[in-house]
Formats: sequence, C-alpha cells, structure tokens
Amino acid sequence: MAKVVLSCTVNSEPQQIIIDDRDSLADVLRDKLHLTSVKKGCEVGECGACTVLINDEAFDSCIYLAIWAEGKEIRTVEGLMDADGEISDIQQAFIDEAAVQCGFCTCGFIMSSMPILESDEEYTRDEIRKQIAGNFCRCTGYENIANAVEKVKEDRMNNKK
Amino acid sequence: MSIGKSIKRVDAFEKVTGRAKYTNDYQINNAYVARILHSTIANGIVKSIDISEAVKLEGVVKVVTCFDVPDITFPTAGHPFSLDPKHMDIADRKLLNQRVRYYGDDVAAVVAKDEITAARAVNLIKVEYEEYEPILSIEDALKEGVKPIHDDYPDNILAHSSYEIGDYENAIKEEGLIAFEGEYETPTVKHCYIESAVSYAYEEKGRTVVVTSTQIPHIVRRVVGQALGIGWGKVRVIKPYIGGGFGGKQDVLYEPLNAYLSKIVGGRCVKLNIPREENFVSTRVRTAMKFKIKSYVRPDGRFVARKIELYGNKGAYASHGHSMVAKACNAFKQIYQDEIATKGDAYTIFTNMPTSGAMRAYGIPQITFAVESHVDEIAKALKLDPIEIRKLNMMKLGFVDNGIKCYCNGLEECIEKGKKYIDWDNKIIEYKNQTGPIRKGVGMAIFSYATGVYPISLETASCRIILNQDGSVQVQMGATEIGQGADTVFAQMVSEVLDIPIENVHMVSTQDTDITPYDSGAYASRQSYVSGMAAKKAALKLKEEIIAHANFMLKLPLGNIDLERNCIVNKKTGEVLCSLEEVAMHALYNKEKSVHIRADITNQCKSNSFSLGVCFVDIEVDIPLGKIKVNKVINVHDCGKVLNPELAAAQVHGGMSMSLGFALSEHLIFDKKTGRPLNNNLLDYKLPTVMDTPHLEAQFADTYDISGPFGNKALGEPPTIPVAPAIRNAILNATGVSFNTAPFTPQRLVEKFKENNL
Ligand code: FES
Ligand code: FES
Repeated sequence: MAKVVLSCTVNSEPQQIIIDDRDSLADVLRDKLHLTSVKKGCEVGECGACTVLINDEAFDSCIYLAIWAEGKEIRTVEGLMDADGEISDIQQAFIDEAAVQCGFCTCGFIMSSMPILESDEEYTRDEIRKQIAGNFCRCTGYENIANAVEKVKEDRMNNKK
Repeated sequence: MSIGKSIKRVDAFEKVTGRAKYTNDYQINNAYVARILHSTIANGIVKSIDISEAVKLEGVVKVVTCFDVPDITFPTAGHPFSLDPKHMDIADRKLLNQRVRYYGDDVAAVVAKDEITAARAVNLIKVEYEEYEPILSIEDALKEGVKPIHDDYPDNILAHSSYEIGDYENAIKEEGLIAFEGEYETPTVKHCYIESAVSYAYEEKGRTVVVTSTQIPHIVRRVVGQALGIGWGKVRVIKPYIGGGFGGKQDVLYEPLNAYLSKIVGGRCVKLNIPREENFVSTRVRTAMKFKIKSYVRPDGRFVARKIELYGNKGAYASHGHSMVAKACNAFKQIYQDEIATKGDAYTIFTNMPTSGAMRAYGIPQITFAVESHVDEIAKALKLDPIEIRKLNMMKLGFVDNGIKCYCNGLEECIEKGKKYIDWDNKIIEYKNQTGPIRKGVGMAIFSYATGVYPISLETASCRIILNQDGSVQVQMGATEIGQGADTVFAQMVSEVLDIPIENVHMVSTQDTDITPYDSGAYASRQSYVSGMAAKKAALKLKEEIIAHANFMLKLPLGNIDLERNCIVNKKTGEVLCSLEEVAMHALYNKEKSVHIRADITNQCKSNSFSLGVCFVDIEVDIPLGKIKVNKVINVHDCGKVLNPELAAAQVHGGMSMSLGFALSEHLIFDKKTGRPLNNNLLDYKLPTVMDTPHLEAQFADTYDISGPFGNKALGEPPTIPVAPAIRNAILNATGVSFNTAPFTPQRLVEKFKENNL
C-alpha cells in the first residue's frame, strides 16, 4: 500500500486528498469528504446504493478504485442542492411520489437516474427501468421510484420543448 | 385534520439529501474495526485455534476466540422479557461458540486498525475442528439416534404444540365427506435489507454504548446486559436511521459481541460492519416450513374438519423459538373455520442450518402459501369457483381466537375490488381449455393476520410529548421508524388530537435507551396500533395540560374552553381566545405558576385485531422456458382506517414485491453435504429488480376498526403474505399443474411440466 494524492473535482469543487491507493472511491467520498449520501450496501457492485456520477456516467463507487478518479469530475447527491438550499426536481419527486421508505437505496437511485434525466433523448418507462435496474430496493417494490423518475423525465422534456 | 391524508414522510427530505445519518455514517476518530471468523463446518466442536500468525500482522489489536469469551449463554429474540421462567426465550448461544452448529457459526473475532487488516487477520487464523455429520434437514434431525444439536433438546425438537377444536376423529366420520390431502413446502428466504447489520460500541463513564441498526433498541440493551453479565442500566443503545429490517433486525445480532470487543480493548470504539455475504447466513433467515394438510369437505365446499401438521426448520439456534411456527399453525384455524373440528400440530426442529428468526409477517406467508394452495386444489376437484369456496368458509365478523378478534371485516369488499381489477369472471372463461406453449391464468389468495402480539406477549408502548414555546411539540416514541413510515403516522396522530399543523410536530427519530421511553420495538405490524395508542393517549394528556394552563392564564372556569386549530377557543361559540403559542409562552415564563407542559405516558394494549386482505394475479406461463410473466397483480387490504393513503400504498408495493420474490426466485441454497451456503450474495440470491417487477396495484377496503387508536389495524407486514399463493394458483389455472414447493424457478417449472407431458 502507498499513500497517494488524489486530485479530482467533487460536486464542482476541486479536491486534493491523501488516500491509500487501495481505497475505493466510495470510502474516500464517505470517510474523507463526509459525503454520506454514498451508501454501502454490499461493497461488491451488486446493490447500487453507492452510485455516483463520474464524468456524468453512473458507477458503483464501491468497486471503483479512488485512484482511477484522478482528474475526473464526481457528483453525489450532496451536489444536487443549489446554493440557496433548493433541492433538485428529482429529489422533490422522490418525496412527492412516496418513493422513499428506509431511504438507504434512495441516493443511489437518484444518481442512477441522472444520466436519463440529463439526456436529450426520450426514454420510455421500460427504458427508464432498464437504466435503474442495477439498483436494489427492498422497501418500495420500485413502483414509486419508477414513477418519480418518469415524472421528472417528462417534465424536463416538456420544458425543453 | 391529518389522519387519512397523504402527508409527506417527515424524514423524506433528510433521506433524499443524504443527510439522514445511519449507523455507519457517524465518523468516529480512530475507531477500530472488527471482523468475525465463521466456521467452515456445519456441525462439530472447535478443538483448538491458532492465532499466532494473525496477531503478528501489523495493525491487529486483538484476537479473541471461543475459548476466551465469558461462559454465559444468552437469548436473542426480539421479544419483551418474560418474568415467567416457563416463557423465557431460550438462552443457547455464547458470544463466540466452541460448539459449532451451522456453517458460518462465530468462532473467533479480530479487532484491528482498519478493515483490510482485520479481514487479512481473520484469514490467518487456523481452526482445528472435530466434525460431526451435518444435520441439514428436518427429516435428518428427527432420525433415531442422531447426536443432538443442543444437549437440552435430545430429539432436536425445540418445541411441539397442538390444539384440537371439536372432535376431529368423530367429525370425519360424517357420511359423504370428501377427503383431500396435500404437502407443501416453503424455502429459506433472506430479508435483504439494503443496509447490512452494522453497529459500533464504546465505553463512556464506565458504561457500554452501542449504536446499532436495530428494530428493537430496548431489547438490545437488555440482551447486551445479559450476554456480558452486567447490569442492564450499564448499557445504552442508540438507534439512528436504519436501512430496512423486515424482522431481520428484530433479533439481537452482533451487538453483544461488539460491546464485548470494545470492552476488551479498554472501551475504545469498535465498529462491526457485517459484510453482505456473512449477513445472508450468520444473521437470521425466514423459517423454512413443511406442511401436511388433510381436509374433509362436503360436496358444496364446506369445510367440516381439517388438520395440519407443520414442521419449521429452526436452524442452529433458538432465536424466536417456537413462536413463529406456533403462530403459523394458529392461522390455520383463523382464516377459515371448520364446521365441526380443526386440529393442529406444530414442531420446531433444530438443524445445522442458519438460524431462522422473524421475517415480515412472522410465519404467515408460509402457512398462507400452504393453505391457499390446498384450498385451490379442493375447489378444482369439486369444480367450485375458488372465490365461492373461500367465501363459504372464511372468517366472519366477530370471530375470536386466542384473544384476537375480527372487529371489522372487509374481506368481501377486498375480494370484489380485486375481482374487478383482474376481470376475474371473464378471464376464468377466456383461459379455459388452452393449448400451446404460452398459457395464461388467474389466481387469488386471501389471508388474515393478527395486528400485534397480545395476549401471548406483553404489549407496552410509551410516548413523551413536550410543548415548545412556539406551540410546536417534540414527540419521542419508544417505537422505531425502520422505513415503514411509523414516524410520519405518529406525527399525524399527534397533529390530529391536538389539532395543530403537522409541521408543528417534530418527531425525534433516533431512539436512545437513556432518554427514549420504553417500547418493545418495531415488529408484528404493531406500531400504528399498539404504539399509536400510546401516541394518542399522550396527545390527549398534553391537550388536557394545555387547556388546564389556559384556564389558569385566562382565569376562566373549567370546561368552557378547548384547543382547536392551534388556538384556545370558546367551546360554545368557537371564538378564538388566544393562540397555543401564547399559552406555551405563559406556561413557561409566568412568575406565578411556571409549568413545563409535557406528557409522558405508557400504554398497555390489551386487544388484538385481525387484519385481512387478498391478492389477485393474471399471469402468463411460458411452458418450454419455465418462465412466468405477471401481467397484472393487485393486493387489496382491509387494514381498518387508512392513516396515510400514499404511504400505505407504498408499503403495500414493497410487500408485494417481496412476495413476488418468494414466489418466483428467492431461496437460499446450500451444499447438500456440508451445509455451505451457495448463493449468499445479492447477485445469485435473486431478489426482484425493477425489471422483474410489474405494475403493483394497491387498493383498500373502506373499514374502521373500533379497537385501533384511529380505526386502524395492521398493514406493515400483511402485503407480503398473499402474492406467492395467488401466483401458484394462477399457474394451476393456466396449466393444470400443482406446484407445492416455492419458489417456482424455471428449473422446477420445466421439470414438472415435462413430468406432466406439457
Ligand atoms: S455498495 Fe456499491 S454496489 Fe453495493
Ligand atoms: S427505500 Fe429501503 S431499500 Fe429502498
């Protein structure tokens, strides 16, 4: 093992962090930057609770070595709130659609849905479901989670028109 | 008015922003971490353990083995303590066990400075075992002459209970009865909460503090005390937000070991995060059950006499003991009533399998699978409509069994709603006489479920409400929010009684046994019913106190004022006299009679009510592929008054999804020779993903349960009961083939379809 310095951008802020080169990105985000929205449900890339965006693509951060993030741009749920404390449409939709129960999977789902929401492409409900199928939720049966993502996708597409 | 409205969850904002802190989110400087070494045999004893290599590893702080721990056995069930020695939970495990009883038993533990070191050290420990033949099935456990798994239970039977209502032997002599027999089997299932079992422990002022992901903080406190042999007051347990429990955390898991590990390193903080793979086998699983049912029925479908024999695979340790199996056996005589006699025998059997404990709906998904499968077999043979035969025999209003009563009965309404949604009558005709590889079918199942645990167990709950200067309140419940939405409905209840806005009710979500009043915890769908009674009682008490002070403040005689719309009003005219805030300020700061208005109550609940419901499904069976596609599925519940319709529906979705998994894909499998788990990870275990889940329709009957604090009864667990048998019955409807063993995996389907020449 060796200590190394990781330089990357996290939620729009440049960071230089001393890490153990064996650390997962999930551990660095949680332990060094205290970004506790990044949850660990399995640590082997099965549950999706640790999903973050790396250069706008969703990854399981538990099986992503922190050193691979060098020079990259990372986003977590903490970065979705604006400077005035307004939460994003997708966070609000999770509240409004009753898509949150224990909440352990919630932030992972929100991040997994970001690439869909930020894309200019249309997505059907089935395509949305496929995109978020790498995340497990044991509480909600996915019904309201899919509703929340679908609703925001629709709103965003309508606003673009 | 808050009750009956879809109030947003009081914790949703914290959860969507990542601010809600769960056990593992607390940063403790220099906390040590621990790892457990699990046995690699299912049955035997540890002869010796060599830790010499492990302790040499840089960063290892301590290694302890089963030879080091206190010689104390302790129970783990999430049951209230029983003062009656005959009803005490079985104390059969130690912190680490020399006598190994399943593949995955805890034999040693490492405390280290970091996770990687701890994991490496565990791998360096060498264990020498004396191995016995693993006893992996109920049949093997009951064989003559096998070595008992626990010396106190020489025949491996933890308990046998039985009942007989009426004279069964006599009843079956009635002329013209038709006999039906069936055997059914349910698998070992895992809760799969997304937050693994995790805790950390440290000492503070000579006391042990354990922060843990649990449903039952007050029980954990007692058991940690028991396991360590210290006064229960020397233990403090804190429960932050938890990432799901489903009964899996209604058991004391590794908290006692964690407390011990902290103790042996001078009270330093030790974190114990159970890896997912270990979680699958070394915490608790759902009890696998086997059923034999025999029914004597008149040609019109009326049940005259039935009997059941039920065997539950307990696994290695007692955990919840016999209670799950006994409860399942009781349900047999509850959902349907025989005209003359009903007989039940229930056995809980120790095996060298993972310990089974509570899981959502406590034995009732299992028994309902058996009974509802059986009823469809009878209906089919007698050429009766599955719905009509159920209506003829099912629970009626006013039914009482073991102190549990049917206070309101919306079963007929549930059935009507489900029938309509699925278009039952037309589908039954449409799906007749199908041929070809893809066949469609409809199926349904009903259930009943007791809301709490009265009168078997103590039902006690507490609530403390404190009035703030601005007229808002803090509510502290001993009952735990575990994702089910308890905190939100408690807030609604308090808001309803006090008639103050929901935003003015602040729920204290964390339970801390040093400051939180006592409640046994989150289980048995008891929260909104049992703990809800406490919330209501406390709110009523607070209201009384507020009015009493307002009387003093306004110098008005008793009985003329009330608390309404956040104000003190003239009872007769409704005229506003002052705001609640003014009363609160005056109460605290006036110089004549300062009072801090609060209510702190305990409520013992002495009632229990049957919650009821149905599931209907419409499915498609791909015979060559052995695949089942659920086209439509609906659960309709009679849970009394629906307290929060959107959250209630969400709760139903989750239960339905879990039951879909139970029907189609979920089962833990083990090597048949060694008992080694083969699919103890989230990829191979196969819980449903969003791609496996159809639209989940949730509806409710319009009923009101007079025994519930707000007309409500159980809803937390029931949704997970009826889906699996409904699917099973739909397969029967589609193909004519009976599946009596869940889950219906492609492998099983194909084999059986071939057998039946389909
Ligand atoms: S914790 Fe990363 S996928 Fe489960
Ligand atoms: S809300 Fe609990 S796992 Fe998704």
